[in-house]
Amino acid sequence: MSAAPDLPLWAALLVSALIVGGALVTLIGSIGLWRLPDFYARLHAPSLGATLGTGAILIGSMICFSVLRSRPLVHEVLIAIFITITTPVTLMLLARASLYRDRVEGRTDVPAEDPEPTEP
Amino acid sequence: MSAMILGWSITAAQVLLGFAMACAALRFIRGPRAQDRIIGLDTFYVNAMLMLITIGIRSGGTLYFEAALIIGLLGFVGTVALAKFLMRGEVIE
Repeated sequence: MSAAPDLPLWAALLVSALIVGGALVTLIGSIGLWRLPDFYARLHAPSLGATLGTGAILIGSMICFSVLRSRPLVHEVLIAIFITITTPVTLMLLARASLYRDRVEGRTDVPAEDPEPTEP
Repeated sequence: MSAMILGWSITAAQVLLGFAMACAALRFIRGPRAQDRIIGLDTFYVNAMLMLITIGIRSGGTLYFEAALIIGLLGFVGTVALAKFLMRGEVIE
């Protein structure tokens, strides 16, 4: 195959396992997005790729570059923090927007109003 | 030897991520309603970001990392703007 960085064997095996595992989890999440029956079920699937898949691939990348430059190199943490913060915000907004649209259209398969907040 | 293992597993990961991007693109094209298309677009962004990181591991430089960071930022902003548009009919109110 084309050029790849020359790591020690243990690091190469570790990075390979992390990258292929992360890609596999991401693929499962995206297949879920394609196969699940309705919107509110589909909303759950891609977060598999946004959490575990991203985490595994980023940790693999961190190990690869740290071994390659022989010093700790963790700038991928930036992406990890950012994805962790933004994914819930995006999916919450999208779910609320979809719920609002379903209520306006008068669909009966969504709850008509939010539940009352319970006292702690 | 170890470079060959890493090269082949990066290729395998890129093929898997390519299939994942294809699933997201199918949902984006076929999605029955607007919110399905937006969630497909969001997933497509995340998968493209992961694809760029694997390309960056193969190249051994930090250039692709910065591109991945930018894709992550723009994907968030775009999806939030589209969700706001679905909810209210305008992005900035």
